[in-house]
Amino acid sequence: MYGRTGAWVAGLAALLVGVATASAATGPVAVPPARVAEVVLSTLPWFVTDAPAAHRTIVLQVRLPRVALGAVVGFALAAAGTVMQGFFRNPMADPSIVGVSSGAAVGAVAVIVTGATLPFGLGLPAAAFAGALLAAFAVYLIASEGGRTPVATLLLAGVAVQTLLGAVVSFALVNAGEGIREAVFWLMGHLHDSTWGKVRLVTLVAVPCVLLLLPFARDLNALLLGEADAQAVGVEVERTRRLLLATASVATAAAVAVAGVIGFVGLVVPHVMRLLVGPDHRILLPTSAVAGAAFLVAADTVARVGASELPVGIVTAAVGAPFFLYLLRTREVRTA
Amino acid sequence: MTGLVVSDLVVDRAGRRVLDGVSVRVRPGEVVGLVGPNGAGKTTLLRACNGSLAPTAGAVRVDGDRVTGLSARETARRVATVPQEPSLGFDFPVREAVAIGRTAHVPRFGRRGPDDRAAVDRALDRAAVTDLADRPVTELSGGERARVSLARALAQDAPVLLLDEPTANLDVGHQVRTLSLVRSLAGDGGRAVVAAVHDLDLAARFCDRLVLLADRTVRAAGAPADVLTPDALADAFGVRTRVGVDEATGCPRVTALPAAAETTAATGRVHVVGGGGRAARHLRALADAGHDVSVGPVSAVDPDARVASGLALDRVVVPPHADVADDDADRIRTLAAAADVVVVPDVPVSAGIRETLDAFANGATPLVVVDGQPLAERNHAGAAGRRTWARLVDAGRAVPPAGVTEAVRTALRERPGQSDTD
Repeated sequence: MYGRTGAWVAGLAALLVGVATASAATGPVAVPPARVAEVVLSTLPWFVTDAPAAHRTIVLQVRLPRVALGAVVGFALAAAGTVMQGFFRNPMADPSIVGVSSGAAVGAVAVIVTGATLPFGLGLPAAAFAGALLAAFAVYLIASEGGRTPVATLLLAGVAVQTLLGAVVSFALVNAGEGIREAVFWLMGHLHDSTWGKVRLVTLVAVPCVLLLLPFARDLNALLLGEADAQAVGVEVERTRRLLLATASVATAAAVAVAGVIGFVGLVVPHVMRLLVGPDHRILLPTSAVAGAAFLVAADTVARVGASELPVGIVTAAVGAPFFLYLLRTREVRTA
Repeated sequence: MTGLVVSDLVVDRAGRRVLDGVSVRVRPGEVVGLVGPNGAGKTTLLRACNGSLAPTAGAVRVDGDRVTGLSARETARRVATVPQEPSLGFDFPVREAVAIGRTAHVPRFGRRGPDDRAAVDRALDRAAVTDLADRPVTELSGGERARVSLARALAQDAPVLLLDEPTANLDVGHQVRTLSLVRSLAGDGGRAVVAAVHDLDLAARFCDRLVLLADRTVRAAGAPADVLTPDALADAFGVRTRVGVDEATGCPRVTALPAAAETTAATGRVHVVGGGGRAARHLRALADAGHDVSVGPVSAVDPDARVASGLALDRVVVPPHADVADDDADRIRTLAAAADVVVVPDVPVSAGIRETLDAFANGATPLVVVDGQPLAERNHAGAAGRRTWARLVDAGRAVPPAGVTEAVRTALRERPGQSDTD
């Protein structure tokens, strides 16, 4: 089991490195993959390189931040999606099921449309992050009653709040004026203005969250049995669910705050990995996270090679949805 | 106090009282069956016992500690539950689905150790699913899934085992195998076992004691034969029952009777002559109609004798193909004399039974004679047999087989001192 997990994670990590290198090599100025590796290694103090300064700048300052941001966002979304699907025992659950994305969208669009600047130099990501957590918390409070939070109520409350917040966003867009293009771009998910600062920000929040989720893989397995059965085998159901929901939501909020609403990564990647490695979360969760990183980096590379850059959310949906349908028809996508 | 002790348990759900003052005690090595009508609170009681439901008042103690004071982890090490509809979840291999039962034994940041693997192997073996260990649970049959679910509970290594309808949806073979296994888990495993069982006969057969839950509380508790009485069952299930003894197992056997409108009509004592399996349908129908039925003579090898035994009727059983002995004849006469009506079905007329039939024809008790199979086909006593039958028909009321119950009712209404109103 552990050997198998290690092998899968190592293999997917190698895939991620390959995809990242290819992505950093691709663009208006072609940089050979070997040169990319050379440039990356040159950041180590003892490594001497004679790579042109232009290549160094393109790789280290322009492309790699974007690759890194894509990787971390994909990592967080796929892990959160895996947790939500297990948690809700619902194959259509995605990381935003409790309203995280809608809340982030309201925060972001509000900032874009009003042109407001937040105190302490916090900008749009902070507003999106705050909106995301507020929405998730509101859904949780609405669904809770007497210390218990039934999953079905949570799901429905999530749908209702998402619908409401969607209306708020639409209203804001109708009255957006100048900011509408930026707002729409944000809503579709994007990685185009990546900086190492953003990478640091999202890494600091999302990666610890995912690491915190990993030891709960066994509990997620037990939760697949349903609330009563999970309790009977010794899972503190309410407490575990609160922790899983909060952690996955924070990871998702961090990802959405820097990259906008990127759909399908958190929905499709866990399904694909489940077909490949099985339903056991001890292997499913880490492999989904790494696969999500590789998938989003690859999708973003496709998004930016065309004549005009597309929001990456369009690519993930355009690639992910047909692939998902293919899996659905050719192999049984098993669900709870 | 080891084992499971439920004391004065009160549980409210959604503002409604589901259990009210339930007390049950289960010792190690004992199988206690929970029986009772749908909605009596059997599942609720089990859920309170494994801590997934908090009681409003009262307590559930396992090995002396209140379940409400224990963590889910600690509870799961003491109480294992086999749910009514086991959800085995996605397509885990059987071994992994069973290993989930070890959740409470594995530290959060640790891995399963040799102890855990050994416990899983033992559980697989015990539940006879070792052969299935690598199969995905989604491919199993209902009986196999039930055994895997049981194996998961066994892997918990808990001294208390709760089962919610372990035999629901299983065929007879699996029902008996499952309950035999449960029995042995208590017997040589030393576990305290509580099983909610729908089937009263199975409950009586495999449980040491039964607890009859009805209307939110314990209506009766004790040995199966003491709990499964028609009165207690009528009280709990609102249905008339006949409790007999199962020939094969010697255990109580409960037969529910239709809530017939006839019960409001006259009932009385009815004596029926057995033979050739011709009495069986009338025995059932008359017993169902609420009459106090006796039967005799009936041959020990006759199907009628089995029915009589199953219905726990008063009966005079005679050796096959022999004359009715004197003391048996006396008992038959006594039963017939005490009866309000004697029913003579279209039984084979042999030399051995002729004397008894003559006595009925000459007796004072009203007679109902069944005019079914032609006499010629079942008369083994020649002209004497024909005479006897003619006397019976003459003395009694001859009716077709379907008319017996009605004829008996009519005869009862015509009893001296009876009016039509009772």
